[in-house]
Amino acid sequence: MSAKVVDALKATFGAAILENHAHCGDDTVVVEASKWLEVATFLKNDPAMKFDMLSDLCAVDYPDRLPRFEVVIHLYSISLGHRIRVKARVGDEEGDGAEIATVTELWPGANWFERETYDMNGIVFQGHPDLRRILLYPEFEGFPLRKDYPAARTQPLVAYRTEAEAGLPLEKLAPFREDEGMAFGRRELPTSEPS
Amino acid sequence: MGEVNRSIVLEGNETGFATTKFDSLLNWARKYSLFQYPFITACCGMEFMSLAGPRFDIARFGAEAPRFSPRQSDLLWVVGTISQRQAPALRRIYEQMMEPKWVLAFGTCASCGGFYDNYATVPGIDKIIPTDVYIPGCPPRPEAVIDGLLLLQDKIARGDRTPGIVKPREDVATLGNVNGLVKLEKKSSSKKAER
Ligand code: SF4
Repeated sequence: MSAKVVDALKATFGAAILENHAHCGDDTVVVEASKWLEVATFLKNDPAMKFDMLSDLCAVDYPDRLPRFEVVIHLYSISLGHRIRVKARVGDEEGDGAEIATVTELWPGANWFERETYDMNGIVFQGHPDLRRILLYPEFEGFPLRKDYPAARTQPLVAYRTEAEAGLPLEKLAPFREDEGMAFGRRELPTSEPS
Repeated sequence: MGEVNRSIVLEGNETGFATTKFDSLLNWARKYSLFQYPFITACCGMEFMSLAGPRFDIARFGAEAPRFSPRQSDLLWVVGTISQRQAPALRRIYEQMMEPKWVLAFGTCASCGGFYDNYATVPGIDKIIPTDVYIPGCPPRPEAVIDGLLLLQDKIARGDRTPGIVKPREDVATLGNVNGLVKLEKKSSSKKAER
């Protein structure tokens, strides 16, 4: 459906289009991270493209790959009725240098998506007007959706009561029957002091 | 003997007295005038609405009047998932309530974090504030919540501050079944099992 979009991108950007594939009728192109904004501007403004709606912007962590992260946008053209998914790869093994240009100038709705992507994966969007955490609190260290964030690490804002303080066991095993509740919710989680 | 059999219902022009311990009287009064502060954050709120509606009608237990100022309420309903980011707000609301105050954990999330075993969620509100009654269920049925409310009233009357957990109701329709739970089976497969 969007084959002509892929062709147009290849004709315009040549080697900056690293690869492309289609799955279930949805086309994906992977572009050079340095050409991110240029490609986005072309897709938004070219009269044959007219991608006027940004459906989604997110990132995926592939710890075994280099560059490690994929930043993904899903675009839809309301007037022309075609859609495309564009990806760019950024970041080294440690997740450093995961930087890419912001597209908030083109689609204002990208603002919160980019903040969320920064919050969860630590992708820095250069030129973003207000790149702060959006869901988590400013005291939070690290980026929870990176695969190297320990799954059991919590960072409480309010220090937990201890059993001595409460005067009773806080692990509510005893009054539940063995077959009730969820055992994994009761395991001891390592906590770090709020800074 | 005529004297003894006399009715204890007093006529309007008669006078009489009843003896009780002051504490019991006070607790009796308290247990039927629980002003609630609903702290509703997630899907359990839907079940809370049905509980507060005419069908289950917690007004019958003198616990229906919500006060949206913690300073005027005595019962804190924590309904739903508490994220680490909300924890300071919950703690402050608890601290703003006047003594005597009670806390009811509505649903598995509020009781122990439920299936949210991750960076974002507090594993049970008792990690932050003292809790009187836990109501398990995802979400709990309104009957379970009413059980929890009655349990709390019972505790108030007895002056008992140890936490309690609402037990599952046994299904009387399955007498003799070991777990007291209804077994759902296809007719054909149960026949095969008999052969
Ligand atoms: S216990 Fe279940 S229904 Fe209640 S807030 Fe948690 S996930 Fe939602």
